[in-house]
This record gives sequence, structure tokens and C-alpha cells, in this order.
Amino acid sequence: MKLRHLLGAATLGLASLGLSAPANAFCGFFVAKADTDLFNDASKVALVRDGERTVITMASDYRGEPSEFAMVIPVVDVPEREQINVANPGLIEHLDEYTAPRLVEYHDEDPCNRIQYRETLAMAAPQAGAAMDAMAEEAEELGVTIEAEYEVGEYDILILSAEESDGLITWLNQNGYRIPDGAEEVVGSYLKQGMKFFVAKVNLERHDGAGFLRPIQVAYEDEDFMLPIRLGTVNAEGKQELFIFAMTRKGRVETTNYKTVKLPSNMDVPIFVKDEFGDFYKDMFAHQVEKENGKAVFMEYAWDMSWCDPCAAEPLSRSELQELGVMWLDEGGQDQPQPGFRPGPQPVDVFVTRLHVRYDAKTFPQDLTFQVTGDRDNYQGRYVLRHPWRGDFNKCEEARDYADELVSRWDQEAENLAKLTGWDEAEIKEKMAAGGYSEAAINIDLEPKDKKPWWQRLWGNG
Amino acid sequence: MQTSAQFSPLFVYCLAGMDVRDATIGLVRAVNRDARHWQLLALSGLFLISVYTTDFGARPMHLLSAFTGAMSAQALASLLVKTRFEWKSAAITSLSLSILMRAVDPWMWFAAGVIGIGLKFAVRYRSKHVFNPACIGIVVMCLVFGRDVWVSPGQWGQAPLIAGWAVALAALVLSSAKRLDIAFGFIGTFAAILFGRALWLGDPMAIPIHQLSSGTLLVFTFFMITDPRSTPDSRAGRLVFAACVASLTAWFIIGPNVRAAPLMALAALSVMTPFLDRFLPANRFQWGKASMSKEGRDHETQTPVGSRHAGARLARP
Repeated sequence: MKLRHLLGAATLGLASLGLSAPANAFCGFFVAKADTDLFNDASKVALVRDGERTVITMASDYRGEPSEFAMVIPVVDVPEREQINVANPGLIEHLDEYTAPRLVEYHDEDPCNRIQYRETLAMAAPQAGAAMDAMAEEAEELGVTIEAEYEVGEYDILILSAEESDGLITWLNQNGYRIPDGAEEVVGSYLKQGMKFFVAKVNLERHDGAGFLRPIQVAYEDEDFMLPIRLGTVNAEGKQELFIFAMTRKGRVETTNYKTVKLPSNMDVPIFVKDEFGDFYKDMFAHQVEKENGKAVFMEYAWDMSWCDPCAAEPLSRSELQELGVMWLDEGGQDQPQPGFRPGPQPVDVFVTRLHVRYDAKTFPQDLTFQVTGDRDNYQGRYVLRHPWRGDFNKCEEARDYADELVSRWDQEAENLAKLTGWDEAEIKEKMAAGGYSEAAINIDLEPKDKKPWWQRLWGNG
Repeated sequence: MQTSAQFSPLFVYCLAGMDVRDATIGLVRAVNRDARHWQLLALSGLFLISVYTTDFGARPMHLLSAFTGAMSAQALASLLVKTRFEWKSAAITSLSLSILMRAVDPWMWFAAGVIGIGLKFAVRYRSKHVFNPACIGIVVMCLVFGRDVWVSPGQWGQAPLIAGWAVALAALVLSSAKRLDIAFGFIGTFAAILFGRALWLGDPMAIPIHQLSSGTLLVFTFFMITDPRSTPDSRAGRLVFAACVASLTAWFIIGPNVRAAPLMALAALSVMTPFLDRFLPANRFQWGKASMSKEGRDHETQTPVGSRHAGARLARP
């Protein structure tokens, strides 16, 4: 059974990203909390890949009327009923939280007297985030064939084939799938490649009235490892946002037809970023996209699922991974949980890559194709806050040196932030000064007149 | 110049003997003495572009590893077949390997270098090696190590790519106009297939243009398929060969999604070369001072830059 060329659909996905609520994590704890919607119109797709076996989970943050929801995906073959599933929406949320860019806090120790420091952590994580006979008759008149029809969860799913795009688009529009103008060419292209269309609508009778719709999952085998995004660009007003969480047993996943770029990471930023981490992440992403002329795929996380440091959320459990389609955990008996194993994250042979794409038809004309690589280097989007020690800077020589370092460190933080986000450096410095992070806030004369020359300090004989 | 004159009497002395124009001409002549110099320069430029503009690009460590492997194999094989040691072709192979190949461990570039150069000496037909060393090195490593070795065709940005095409084209024109036929034969056929397919599907032309914007394709077109030793002697043969490699590459990409598609296609079709040479015979390159082994076999590929430059010759890995 082959199923290929799944597509980020016309109405697939409207995810929001905010800061998470405080929660305990094994190497720190979250401090920030916000409900800001960072990325509107975002789709989230989890891809599990092993050899030619693939499981795709497509989540949408659709909050409108369920009757208005529709999903249209080109596929190569007609999937069987057993290949389609609906998943718990919490799965993708958890995956999203686990892989989200994170903010780490450090507290400087007393330069005169070493003390323990505390590390805290914040993260930017997405929040929760009929008459069949008549239908078939109409379809036939328009050159559309209903290859299969399934009821899965709250969805009615049809697999359609068609002779030409006009007929298919007319039929879809007549049946409540609002296909935007200009889709003919893309639909026509997929049809000429011999593809079918997987279309899903919510059956209101089976919908439990919940505010969200569950992600649709499809399991298939194909040599192509790709994600069709072209239909999504047809109706898009502006750019589309897409998060891909790729899970393999081998290593990092990269796009083969677009440049994959690491989001800049591990940089010190001013303390005030803690209160506006959402804006920081959003503007940083926009700025980095701009720097790449909109033509890059950003890697935000690449990590062995067995652990994390610092953790934005606990790694996914075996059962969660299995629900997401990780099919190799029970194979070969290697990954069975051991009796008496310590609580907490269990080692699993899963490497996760989080890719973030902002695209439109101009910058991303072609569907995304991926490859699994053997690269297991861990990478995370991590930004560091360093709380200065506040005390008497005249207490000891080290404290005076520390005060000196502090000022240049703050300059560096402002420069980092300006470079990352494109924000105005002068404004950043003003904001830092208002918060007490400037030379003026340090009650020490930093002029070199009372400072010993460096050579006097060099051998301790000054 | 003033500043350096104050601190560098030697430099002033050198400049005193010749004016800047002469110096430039002298430099160009020195580079032009061997066509491989242009290729080494161009590949070094591409290597630096890859190092400085990509997160998942070439790394000096990988180059060093490939270089060690290729040079060791070249030295050992030269000793075995009693021929002169030639470092330039092995250096070109090392640069191509580090630009194109990605792997999990540094020793894998070493292995690819050894395999590539080793097969250059081991697999020969009528004193021509069958496979391009960098190409076969990568292909063998991909086949043996699976996902631990890969090629990242998408990792070049737009601007570096344009610069890369310019540099590569310039190097090819300067090194051997004779090889333009196969480069254009390949890229022309490949582009025609992609544009033709887009027209048939009703796709925007942005798609084939995007598909052609690949760093792997660039290095492949200018530094691999143009290898005079693993490609046919006659122009007709070369064009047939180029068209076949382009078609197989396109099919690999559109159809079964074979990774490292152009390299796989070239490696698979390299065995055609002896047959094409047989059915479409032509004079072998005009040799410069070819290095001959005892049995009269040569192990390097050398051809004049232009027919008039007696001293210049082209050699490929």
C-alpha cells in the first residue's frame, strides 16, 4: 500500500504559540507564563520515518465551526481504513513543548564569595494550541470517482480520483470544500502525476462538541519522504507557518530541496526578554527568515528523545511515541522497558528534529522533500539570561573587576539581541538602563583612574 | 603599498623588478601552466563558500581527512605501478569529497578518498579509469554505510550558488574549452527534462528553476561529469553520455527518489564509456608529458588547455 504526497491542506492548521504555564522539569523550572498567540495560521505535522515506512500526524489548531473545517491532501494511492486514525491532540502539543526554543536563567554568584546558583528555565511552547448516492452520481458526471469512503473518529474521509482538475474542484466546491481560486493548476499538476485526493470533513453527528479537532494520522509506505505544501500556498494570504516534528531511529532530518539553517542559539540576552519571550522568539524568527531571503527551513531542535538538558518538557513516553506512529519500539525486542527501571524518562531509540518553515508560493515553489541523515549531534534553540550579582562592588578587587565585566557583558547582550531580532540597539539599551542594567546602576567609578594597570595585576605583585 | 613598503623591504625588492601588470600576467601564466590549477582554485572557492555560508556544509577537518586518504592512496598506488606521484588530481578529489559528502565520522572522508583513488588505479579499461574518483568514492560509501553517509543537495543559498556557478564556469572555460560540451550537454538535457515536465504538468517555471539551483548539481556538472577519463573520447560519444546521465538523474529524482541522484547516475553509467569509445572512436587527448608506468600505462589524465599551449595540460582526478 503506497500513499505519497500528503499535502498541507487548504484549511489545515491554525496553531498558536504561547509561553507555557509553570511546570516542573527535571533540570530547572519554568518561570514565564503568557497566552500570546505567536504564530497564527500554523500547521503542525509529525512525521515518523523508518526506511520507507511513514506515519504522518496532521494537527490543526482550528477553532472555528466544525462544519466549516475541511482538509484536502493529495495522495498517491488509496489507503485502507486501517491506515487512517485520529490521534489525541495532546501528543503534538507535548512534542511541541518538548522541542520548543527555551530561555534559561542563571544567577551570578558573589564575586567575593562563591555561592550556589540557581538555574531556572522558561520556554516558548505552543499552547493547546449524506446522501452518498447523489454525491457519487454528481461526482461521476464531473469525472470524479470516489475510490473509498471512511468514517474515522469525527471525520468523514473520501479518497477521490479525477480526470481533470476543473471537475474535481467543481465537485469539491459543491460538497462544501471551499477550494480557493487559482487551485486548478496545482490540483491539475497532482492529478497528472496520477495522484488521488484525500479529503476530510467533520461529521457533526459524531463530533462531541469539543472545541478542538483531533489530528488525522495516516500510515503508509513509500520511497518518497516528502510533504506537499503547494495547495496550502494557493489560498494563503501572506506567508504560511509550518512546524515539522520528524522522528527517526537514525538521526537528524533535513530538507533536500531547501537550505536547512540552524536558528541562532546559545546567546546571552538582556533580562527583560524574560517578560517578552514570545515577542522575542517571534521577531527573531521573522528576522532570521528575512536574513535568508525567506528561502530557508529552520532547525529549532534536534535531540535524542531519551533526554533533554534543559528540558522544556519531559521527553515523550513510549506510549505517546507509539501513538504518534513510532513503529520500531516493539520490534526486535530491544527497546522493551526494563523491569525495575528508574522512574523518569526511559531511553528510547528516537531522534527528533523540529523544523520551522515560513513559506509562500514564491519562496517555496516546490513541495518539501526530506532525507534522514546519520547525524545525531544534539542541537537546541537556547537563550540565556544572566542575573547580575547585586552587592557592594567596592567590597573587594574581584567585585570591582566584576562590575567592569558586567558593563561590557550588558553591551554584548544588547548587541546580541539586536542581531537576533533586528530590534534597535539604542532602544534595547534604554530599556536595559530603565531596568537597572547599565553603567549608571553600578555604584562604582569605572574610570580607569583608580584601576591598577593590567601588568600590576598580572603576577599579583601590584 | 606605502605601509607595506615600510615594513617589508623584501616585498619592495620583488616589486621593483617588475611592474604590477607583469606580475599579474606572470601569476596567470603560472596558474595556467596546468589546467588543474584553475580547478583547484575554483574548488577551493566553493569549499570556502560552503564552510562560511552553510550550517551543514563542508568543514576543514573533513577536507583534511579526505586529503590524507586520497594522498595516501595516490602515493601507494603510484609506488605500486611505478609512476610519478601526482598530487593535483588527488587534491581535486579531496576537495570534491569534502564539498559534496556528509558523514557521521571524520574517518569516512578518509575512506572515501582511499576508495576513490584506489578505484582510479584498479578499475581501468584501455588505460582509462572508468569511474570519477570522487563520484565513486561517495557512491560506494553511501551504498556501504547507508544513512551514515549522505549528500546534502539543498544546502546552498541563492547568492552563494550564483557565485559558485560563475566561478565554476570560469574555471571550466579557462581550463578546457573542450569539456564545455559535456557540461552543457548534461545540464541542457537535465534542464530540458525538468522544464518539459513542468510544462506538461502546468507547474510554474519557478519549480524547475528551483530544482536546478543545487550546489551538488553545480559541482557535479563542472567538476565530475567533465572528467575526461571517465567520459567518452569523441564529442558525439560525450553528448550521448551526458544525455544518458541527465535522463537517469532526472528519473532517479522524479521516480524512485534515489539519494545523491546525479552521482548514482554517473557511477551507474560510467561503464558505458568503454562501449561508446568503441562505437564512436576518437583520438585520445593530446598528451602533454604524460606520466607512464613501466608497462607504458599512464595513470593521470592530462590534456592541453588549448592546442597552442604546449606546456599546459588538463588532468582530472
